[in-house]
Amino acid sequence: MDGDICATATTPPDSDPARKRRVHGMLKLYYGLNEEGKTVDQAESMNPCDINGTHFDPEVYLNKLRRECSLGELMDQETCMVKQIRSLDSDMQTLVYENYNKFISATDTIRKMKNDFKKMEDEMDCLSTNMAAITEFSAHISGTLQDQHAQITKLSGVHTLLRKLQFLFELPARLNKCLELQAYSQAVSSHRRARCVLQQYSHMPSFRGIQDDCHAIMDKLAQELRQKFRDGGSSAKDLSECVELLLQLDEPAEELCDKFLIHAQSRLEANLRGLEAELRPPLSSGPTSVIDPSIGPARRLSAAPTAGSPTDPTSPGNPFLSSSSRTDILEFIDRGCNEFVSSLCLVIASYQELFVNRPQEGELASKNIPHMAIGKLHAFVDAMATCYFLLVERRIQEEKSVGDNSLLVRALDRFHRRLQAVAKLLPGSAVPSQGTEIVVRAARERIKQYLAALQRFYLDSLRDVRQALAAPRLGGSSAGGGSHLAGPATGKDAPASLPELLSSLSASILNQIKSVLASVHLFTAKDITFSNKPYFKGEFCSQGVRESLVVNFIKFVCQSSRQFCESAGDRGGSTPPALLLLLSRLCLEYETSTITYILTLTDEQFLVQHRSPVTAVAALCGEAREAAQKLLNHYVKVQGLIISQMLRKSVETRDWVNTIEPRNVRAVMKRVVEDTTSIDVQVSLLYEEGTRKAHSSDSSKRTFSVYSGSRQQTRYAPSYTPSAAMDTNFLSNIHKLFSERIDIFSPVEFNKVSVLTGIIKISLKTFLECVRLRTFGRYGLQQIQVDCNYLQMYLWRFVSDENLVHFLLDEIVGSTAHRCLDPAPMEQSVIEVICERG
Amino acid sequence: MEDDAPVIYGLEFQARALTSQTAESDAIRFLVGTQSLKFDNQIHIIDFDDENNIISKSVLLHQAGEIWHISASPADKAVLSTCYNKNATQLLSIFVATSESRVVTCGAVWRMPPEWESGSHESPDDPHNSHNPQNLELLCHLDNSAHGNASSVLWEPMGDGTRVISLADNHALLWDLTESSTQATISSSATLEGKGQLKFTSGKWSPHHNCTQLATANDTAIRGWDLRTMSQIYCIENAHGQLVRDLDFNPNKQYYLASCGDDCKVKFWDVRNINEPVKSLEEHSHWVWSVRYNHSHDQLVLTGSSDSRVILSNMVSISSEPFGHLVDDDDLSDGEDNNQYDKSKEPLQDSIISTYEEHEDSVYAVEWSSADPWLFASLSYDGRLVINRVPRALKYHILL
Repeated sequence: MDGDICATATTPPDSDPARKRRVHGMLKLYYGLNEEGKTVDQAESMNPCDINGTHFDPEVYLNKLRRECSLGELMDQETCMVKQIRSLDSDMQTLVYENYNKFISATDTIRKMKNDFKKMEDEMDCLSTNMAAITEFSAHISGTLQDQHAQITKLSGVHTLLRKLQFLFELPARLNKCLELQAYSQAVSSHRRARCVLQQYSHMPSFRGIQDDCHAIMDKLAQELRQKFRDGGSSAKDLSECVELLLQLDEPAEELCDKFLIHAQSRLEANLRGLEAELRPPLSSGPTSVIDPSIGPARRLSAAPTAGSPTDPTSPGNPFLSSSSRTDILEFIDRGCNEFVSSLCLVIASYQELFVNRPQEGELASKNIPHMAIGKLHAFVDAMATCYFLLVERRIQEEKSVGDNSLLVRALDRFHRRLQAVAKLLPGSAVPSQGTEIVVRAARERIKQYLAALQRFYLDSLRDVRQALAAPRLGGSSAGGGSHLAGPATGKDAPASLPELLSSLSASILNQIKSVLASVHLFTAKDITFSNKPYFKGEFCSQGVRESLVVNFIKFVCQSSRQFCESAGDRGGSTPPALLLLLSRLCLEYETSTITYILTLTDEQFLVQHRSPVTAVAALCGEAREAAQKLLNHYVKVQGLIISQMLRKSVETRDWVNTIEPRNVRAVMKRVVEDTTSIDVQVSLLYEEGTRKAHSSDSSKRTFSVYSGSRQQTRYAPSYTPSAAMDTNFLSNIHKLFSERIDIFSPVEFNKVSVLTGIIKISLKTFLECVRLRTFGRYGLQQIQVDCNYLQMYLWRFVSDENLVHFLLDEIVGSTAHRCLDPAPMEQSVIEVICERG
Repeated sequence: MEDDAPVIYGLEFQARALTSQTAESDAIRFLVGTQSLKFDNQIHIIDFDDENNIISKSVLLHQAGEIWHISASPADKAVLSTCYNKNATQLLSIFVATSESRVVTCGAVWRMPPEWESGSHESPDDPHNSHNPQNLELLCHLDNSAHGNASSVLWEPMGDGTRVISLADNHALLWDLTESSTQATISSSATLEGKGQLKFTSGKWSPHHNCTQLATANDTAIRGWDLRTMSQIYCIENAHGQLVRDLDFNPNKQYYLASCGDDCKVKFWDVRNINEPVKSLEEHSHWVWSVRYNHSHDQLVLTGSSDSRVILSNMVSISSEPFGHLVDDDDLSDGEDNNQYDKSKEPLQDSIISTYEEHEDSVYAVEWSSADPWLFASLSYDGRLVINRVPRALKYHILL
């Protein structure tokens, strides 16, 4: 109330502030308030002359006025003051009046309120009574409505049930319709919804009927789905839907898998048949060898078009199926990859999508389909791959020609590469490793074939050399004059070509080895997928190429050479001696350089890591040297025997007792010298001269200590002292003591002189032994003397130690003398004359 | 275990013919026939005293001619046969007179004079003995001019000394000796037919099959004959690359035969399979002239060659005792000891036992002693006879 009064008092703010302040102050005083505006008032209040201030001191103010103001001014002041007091009084009257009015109106209002509340109270009472009545009524109504409400609820339940039933009853029709419209999924979902109910109430005949109907329809549906599934012509999506639906229809997943796989199998088998048809004709007669015979011909026919082969290869009546229609292995593998492997991959992929990778929901999840499905898939893939591999292996085995290896390698590479796709699709499958095994087997087989080819080549080359050796001799033998005995080549042409033959032989063999190595090297090329398999990195290089191919070939060369020695010994010179000589030289060259070269080449090309034990170069060289030695020994033996044979015949067939006085050297001796000379020429073509002991200035002239009585007596001086037996023979054997024991068929060295020495030794020893078996007359002895002298004249130059010839010829003449009935030796001068006459 | 040194005996003549005295089973005795065209030929009877390592000898004159082959009767110590060239001096006289003569080789059966044995006890140094040798007593000739030169005379092995076979050129003649061997009659003969001049070089009477088989060698072929029918029963063509020089039957294995020849090889045959030799040895460096099985231990094979060597081989694998000494039934009852014993002997290998190089000239004959199975003699052309023993180590190995 104070505010209101104050506000009204100060309403005109722009009116005289002093007055206002004064009024204000006064009011303040009146109300005893002095809180607000205290500080403002302080300064004012300090001034006792401020009339509106609190500390106004009328005395001070009056004094001040009196002191300061003039009378006029005082008069003015006084009038102003009176004026002010008067206005203040009127103001106060106004205020009081105003407040009074307000008080009166307030009192009126309160009085009126008092009356209103009373009235309101009455109304409230009325309301509460009304509410009670309403409540009562409401309860009453609820009570009456309760029954009806329950009934309605029941009715609405019945209604829904009826709708469901209606669905059920309509289901067969609906399903039929779906079936007609091929809206299989809808049908399946409808059926699925109804299935449980039908199952539950199947004891009621009506439901049973529905259920049966549904079953019938769904069976039909399933049938259709299956048919669709079986036909397989549908797209993958369709197929997948099919499978899904069938799975939802509780079709056993296993059966589905089987069906799917059988379906796929028929297609794959068609591919396989296509491949098989490309194999050799004899195999087409037995098509059941690979293809499962249980598959009917009808399916086979239906599957044939999918194979996509332009010609129907299964028809056995096709005569053009022979080699003309045969494709090379690359094409074959290509076809296999493109048709079979691709299809297989496709099958795997779709199968996995259908059975393995599908999201599992509901009851299907519990059956663990993927596990079963994967198992089936593996079995299936393995089975199909096995068939495929059989075909591929057969095809590879047919690949016998060693001409172009790159084709095979590329084919194998492609084969191997495509199988990797299977590996990716189906991890853990044995197929890729089996494929690798096939490749490995093929490589092994290949190495064997190459070895065989090399061996064939070698034998062919030998045959060529043989023919080359034989050909000129036909012409040469007539020139040589002697037509008896398949002796050494006497013509100049044959020996002249020996070094050429040798070099061409060794060069062609080396070239062949190189080309084979190059071919085999393809297996380990960087861009070949299987080259990084451990087999091709390790075993293939060391065991395969180095051991089975190169080392075996070298061994074969040595061995076949040795066989020449063994077989020829019994069958009597089936091998021309020149060939023996040539081979011996070849083996020797192998020993000195070729083997090392070939093996180094192999090691470099194939980076053979000597992890597994391999044949040492030294061992091979040893073998080659042994073979060379054997061949040369055999050569010596054969040539020696040829000459021996002549000598033996000449000694055995003559009646030495009743022979005439020698006038000539016997023709056979000339022939011996001739042959020896031609052997000398032949050997010198291939072998170095060799060392010989220094000989006297004229070794051709040498007097034999043929037969002297003194010697005879010394030699056979009678002595019956067994312990002194050595002494008895000492003089006679003095020569033997000083010269080494002569081994007749002893190993020779790799030089011409040694070879010739060997041959001459054999010949002369035979001569000696034959002479000892005969009995001679005087002229017989003399003839032998002449012959020996002749041999001495010519043979010394061929041997390493001429003393050897001397010794043997000495022995011959000595033995002849012993076997002579009338030992009267010929004059040396006469012998010489005869010999020089020839 | 040191082996005894070989004992060497020198003859003054060249010699090819050597045989052991088959009927003698106590003394170690060899007979050597000499070859000389100018002097009287001799038969040296070499006695070897094993204990004292001393040789004693007797000489008998064989004036008929040089001896190419000698063999001793299996029944009578004193009877022997030789193949000899007709006396050279006679020959020469014919030759000089007519300047037309042939060298003829004959066969004959001889008896040693009964006194020879008394001389054997004298010192071989005694010149008296050697200067007065006694003559052999001729029992009969095995001659038939129609059949050509005799190359060897074979006695029936283990027979009673009444049957001999002589090989003459291409004929094999079976003789019956009657009247104390003074009469010889041909009971049957076989002839080798074929192209060219065929000639038996050597032969052997098989001790098996009741002595009804004979093996002969001509050129490179070995032939078997049935003496009952005198027909060929097998023929190993090209048995050797060159001439076949000698044959010997395995004394314990009836089908096994050893042969040697000019291809320096010794081959062992099973005559039931003549396509392939059972075994072939090539150890000699020249023609092999003689091969002999040891009479009791047939794994021991002796060969002599014109490379002046004698080689003793141990052919265990094809012998009748491939696993060492055969165990008698009595021994079997001994049980375990024997079994261990046998096992230790199994790893025997065929091997060369020893090469004997005492000879300086071609060795044409080797022979086992008939009395001591561990002793053998070899004869080289220069007249050197060497008596050797099987190394003791091997001997004990075989025996124990």
